[in-house]
Amino acid sequence: MSKEWPLWEVFIRGQHGMSHRHVGSLHAADSEHAIKNARDVYTRRNEGVSIWVVEAEQITASSPSDKGPMYDPARDKVYRHPTFYDIPDEVGKM
Amino acid sequence: MYAQMVKSEATKDDPAKLAAFQVRIDAGEKIEPKDWMPEGYRKTLIRQVGQHAHSEIVGQLPEGNWITRAPTLERKANLLAKVQDEAGHGLYLYCAAETLGVSRDEMTEMLLDGRMKYSSIFNYPTLTWADMGAVGWLVDGAAIMNQVPLQRTSYGPYARAMVRVCKEESFHQRQGFHIMMAMVNGNAEQKRMAQDALNRTWYPALMMFGPSDKDSVHSSQSMAWKIKINTNDELRQKFVDETVPQAEYLGLTIPDEGLTWNEETGHYDYTEPDWNEFFDVISGNGPCNVDRLSARQKAWDDGAWLRDAMTAHAAKKATRNLAAE
Ligand SMILES: [Fe+2]
Ligand SMILES: [Fe+2]
Repeated sequence: MSKEWPLWEVFIRGQHGMSHRHVGSLHAADSEHAIKNARDVYTRRNEGVSIWVVEAEQITASSPSDKGPMYDPARDKVYRHPTFYDIPDEVGKM
Repeated sequence: MYAQMVKSEATKDDPAKLAAFQVRIDAGEKIEPKDWMPEGYRKTLIRQVGQHAHSEIVGQLPEGNWITRAPTLERKANLLAKVQDEAGHGLYLYCAAETLGVSRDEMTEMLLDGRMKYSSIFNYPTLTWADMGAVGWLVDGAAIMNQVPLQRTSYGPYARAMVRVCKEESFHQRQGFHIMMAMVNGNAEQKRMAQDALNRTWYPALMMFGPSDKDSVHSSQSMAWKIKINTNDELRQKFVDETVPQAEYLGLTIPDEGLTWNEETGHYDYTEPDWNEFFDVISGNGPCNVDRLSARQKAWDDGAWLRDAMTAHAAKKATRNLAAE
């Protein structure tokens, strides 16, 4: 059996100045091939000005079951938000 | 500002390419890491973004000085959160600079051996708790004034870093002003401390915007390239105009006898800082220059074993994974 092409994650910059956003995935033999496929699959209607591809295997993701320990500690730190500090309107925007 | 006196680098590129580049800038397009760019643009940006990053990192020191001595647990948590944000700002900016082809270690070495600068403001000491109020209110206030327009700068990674920074910055100024409000509503001694902190911070804060436009030789190329959006004096004026009513609200006096409202211009007239002091501080002779750099040097040296250990551990894991395959 021939070797299966690896999976690539595709990121597109929609407009000048914006960051690349994940739009989906595809299979391709190598990075050059992945860019060509991404052009055909994801930018047929002028959706982008730039494409990034990353082999899916290269991505390390946080585990969904770690959600609690990862994000709960930020929950009670309300003082990281500007609204925590009561500043009278007459001072002007701050 | 956080990037004061950034010298625009000369550029020796093909005039046709330069013109086409300028057309892109004028059309409001963002320049991205893989795009062609003039050598001078690249070098000036490395200097500016690097200096901005160094300022965020060195800027942690004067406030870090008070974390263990904050008057309440709540103030301590607030200050800790703010200083932690500044570390993040430094990291976003170092990464933006790295897209231009300089490494983080190179930038750190240039800071430590004096080839790169950081903002003059962080070479002043923080003598009392009221300085935490004055720094948040005035220093972060001045930083915001400079960073908001930089969200529109022409270099994509720098502009996007600024968007993140600005979002986080607003709580910094408010927590500072909140400290000032508590101090001026306290006893006579606390109010005196607040006034003293304002007296010492006012002119150094005005200096953050860099030399007066008439002495600012580096601006025009940077403004054409949209690396710099406003002139030093424009931003300084805006800062004075916004800050005077805030000081009035606190019942504090801005230490400038020449400060008057000018009906005609619709702005406050103010006395310029002592520029000799500014140039002196920038060239290494401020009250804390030696302390700040030696603190950075110590952090760099003391962290060496950890950086090496992490690299060695990663290498060991990689070989183990390879063996398991
Ligand atoms: Fe910051
Ligand atoms: Fe800040």
